[in-house]
Amino acid sequence: MHLGESMRECEYSQISTRSSTPMETPYKKRTPKKRKWEAFPGRNKFYCDGRIMMAKQTGVFYLTLFLILVTCGLFFTFDCPFLALQLTPIIPVVGGALFLFVLGTLLRTSFSDPGVLPRATPDEAADLERQIDVANGSTGYRPPPRTKEILINGQTVKLKYCFTCKIFRPPRASHCSLCDNCVERFDHHCPWVGNCVGRRNYRFFYMFILSLSFLTIFIFAFVITHIILRSHRSGFLSALKDSPASVLEVVVCFFSVWSIVGLSGFHTYLISSNQTTNEDIKGSWSSKRGKDNFNPYSYGNIVTNCCAALCGPLPPSLIDRRGFIESDAPQLAPPTNGITTYGATHSQQSHMCDQDQCIQSTKFVLQAAAIPLLQQQSSEPVILTTSPDNGMSLPGRTPLALVGPCTSLPLGQPTPPTSTPSLSCHEAVDMQLIHGHTYALNHSHYLTPEEVPSPPGMLPCSSPLSHGVPASLYDPASQDSLHEDSVRGLVKLSSV
Amino acid sequence: RCSAPRTEATTCRPPFHNLQELRHSASLANKVFIQRDYSEGTTCKFQTKFPSELESRIERTLFEDTVKTLNNFYAEAEKIGGQSYLEGCLACVTAYLIFLCMETRYEKVLKKIAKYIQEQNEKIYAPRGLLITDPIERGMRVIEISIYEDRGSSSSSSGSSSVSGSTAR
Repeated sequence: MHLGESMRECEYSQISTRSSTPMETPYKKRTPKKRKWEAFPGRNKFYCDGRIMMAKQTGVFYLTLFLILVTCGLFFTFDCPFLALQLTPIIPVVGGALFLFVLGTLLRTSFSDPGVLPRATPDEAADLERQIDVANGSTGYRPPPRTKEILINGQTVKLKYCFTCKIFRPPRASHCSLCDNCVERFDHHCPWVGNCVGRRNYRFFYMFILSLSFLTIFIFAFVITHIILRSHRSGFLSALKDSPASVLEVVVCFFSVWSIVGLSGFHTYLISSNQTTNEDIKGSWSSKRGKDNFNPYSYGNIVTNCCAALCGPLPPSLIDRRGFIESDAPQLAPPTNGITTYGATHSQQSHMCDQDQCIQSTKFVLQAAAIPLLQQQSSEPVILTTSPDNGMSLPGRTPLALVGPCTSLPLGQPTPPTSTPSLSCHEAVDMQLIHGHTYALNHSHYLTPEEVPSPPGMLPCSSPLSHGVPASLYDPASQDSLHEDSVRGLVKLSSV
Repeated sequence: RCSAPRTEATTCRPPFHNLQELRHSASLANKVFIQRDYSEGTTCKFQTKFPSELESRIERTLFEDTVKTLNNFYAEAEKIGGQSYLEGCLACVTAYLIFLCMETRYEKVLKKIAKYIQEQNEKIYAPRGLLITDPIERGMRVIEISIYEDRGSSSSSSGSSSVSGSTAR
C-alpha cells in the first residue's frame, strides 16, 4: 500500500538527514554508510547503485523498447536480405546506424537525471519561512501567498513556492506529481520514456523522437518497397505470404509515423521558440494573455534558440546520487517557528497534482490558522515525534504535536496544520478563511467534496489517538476565540 | 535588535587560523542564505546584496568580490558560444560516449569554483568565523554562509537569540 510505503520512507529519511535524538544515534552508528540515492525523497527508482534513475512506473518504457526492438529485428531479419541484394547494401547499414542512435538516445533519456532539484535543507527551509513571516507581518491572519514576482528581461514572472520541496521554484521549473520532484526547465513527464523530460535530458529526448521518426519512415518506406518488388515477381498475395513479418512492420510503422512525426514537429516548434511543453500548454507567453506578454527566455531568432537547446552546455546533476550520506553535518538548533519541522515527515506523502489551485488555497488556509497559533507559543522548539506515545507525553507544550497515523494525511503539499487531526474533533464550527476562497461551515455542514477534494486513503479524524489529547491543549487557543475556531475549523477541513 | 549577541560576538570572536580549527573550537550560530538572482533569466547568478547578519563580521567589498567572482565563473560555465557548440556537436556525433573519457566544460568550471571557494574560506572567511558552502551542494539555489561563534562563550543562547533577533527584524 502506498501509504505504508510512504510512512516507511518518511521515517527512513528523517533518520538520515536530521541531527539525531539519542534514540536515533545508536541506530545510525550501527548501519553502514549509505549512498544518497537510497535516501532520495522522490518517487524515483534507481538501478546500478545509483547510476541509473527512472520514474516509478516503467511499464510503458519496456513497451517502447519492445516495439522498437521487435520491429527493427523483423526488418533486419526478413526485409534487409532481399533489399540488400536487390537494391543496395547501404540500406541495412543506414538502418543499423539509425537503430543504434535511436536506442542510444532512448536509453540516455530514460536513465539520466532530468534536472531534479534537491529539496531544501532544514536550515534553508527555516530561513525561507522566517523571511515569509517577516514579509507578511506577524500580526495578520492572512495566509502567505507563497509566490514571488520577479522581473526577467523585462517580463514579470511569478515564482511559486513548492510545499513538498520547500523552495521557491526557479523560473521554468515545475513539480512533477508522478515523480514527486521539482525539475528544472520541466517539459513533461513522458511515460513512453519512463522519466521526466527536463533541462538535462531534453536534447536526448528530442534526438530520440527525431531519429525515431526517421527510422519509422525509413522502415515503412523500405518495407513497402520490398513488398512491391516481391509482388512484381510473384503477385501481391504470395508476396505477403513469403514475408509475413512485413505486414506487422507496416502496421506498427503506419500508426507510429503519425504520432511520432507529429510530436517531432511540435517539439521542433517548441525548441525554435524556446518554450517548454508546460509553458505552451498553459499559454504562458501567448499574446492572448496580454499585449506586452512575451517570452523572456527566447534569444530572438530560431537558429540561436535551436543551438542553445541542443548544443548548449550540459549542466551537472544536482542530486549527487552516488555520494555518501553525511550523518554529522552541523545544523542549527531546531527553528523556533515550528512550521518547517513538520515538512520532513510529510514530504513523501504528496501525490497530488501541484496545479490544483483549490488545494493550494486549502493549504494556505490551514497555514494561516496555524501561524498565529504557533507564534503564541513560547520560543521553545517544537518537538517532532512520530510515535503515538510521544504525542501523548507532550500535553502542555503545543497543540500541534504530531501523532502517528494521523500524519498520513495525503492532502498533497505538506503543511504543519495537517497534524491537527490529533486534536479532538467534536463540534462543527463556523469558519471564515481569508484567502480568496471563503468556506462557510454551518454547525452541521461539512465542506462538500467538490469544494475540497478529499484525498484518497485518508485516515478518519476520529482515530483513537485523538481521544487522549487533554483539553489543556486548547488553553492558549481559547484565549482568542478566532484561534479556537480556526483550530477546530482546520480539523473539520482536514477531515473532509 | 540583536545588539546583545553582537557584542558577545565581537568580544569573543576567535582568531581561526584554519578551517579545522574553526570546526573544532566553534559552534554554529547562524546561517545566511544568498539567493539566486533571476533578473537575467535562468542562468546561474547570485544576488550581491550584502546581508545584514554579516555586517559586523566581514567587509562589504570582500563579500561582494566573492559573489561577483562566483557569478563570473558560472557565466563562463554556461556560456553559449563556439566552444560549447563544438562540444555539443562532437558529443552528439559520438553518441555522448565521449563523456566517458572527457569531462564537460561545466564540470571543469565547477572544479575551479570548488577550489576558489576553498581558497576564499581559508584566507578570508575562516579567520572571521565564517564558512561558505559550495552552491552545488545546495542544488545551486543558495550560497550558504555559516556563522560560527566561539564554543567557550554562551554559544547556544547567543545562537538562538540571534535567530530570534533576526525574526524580530
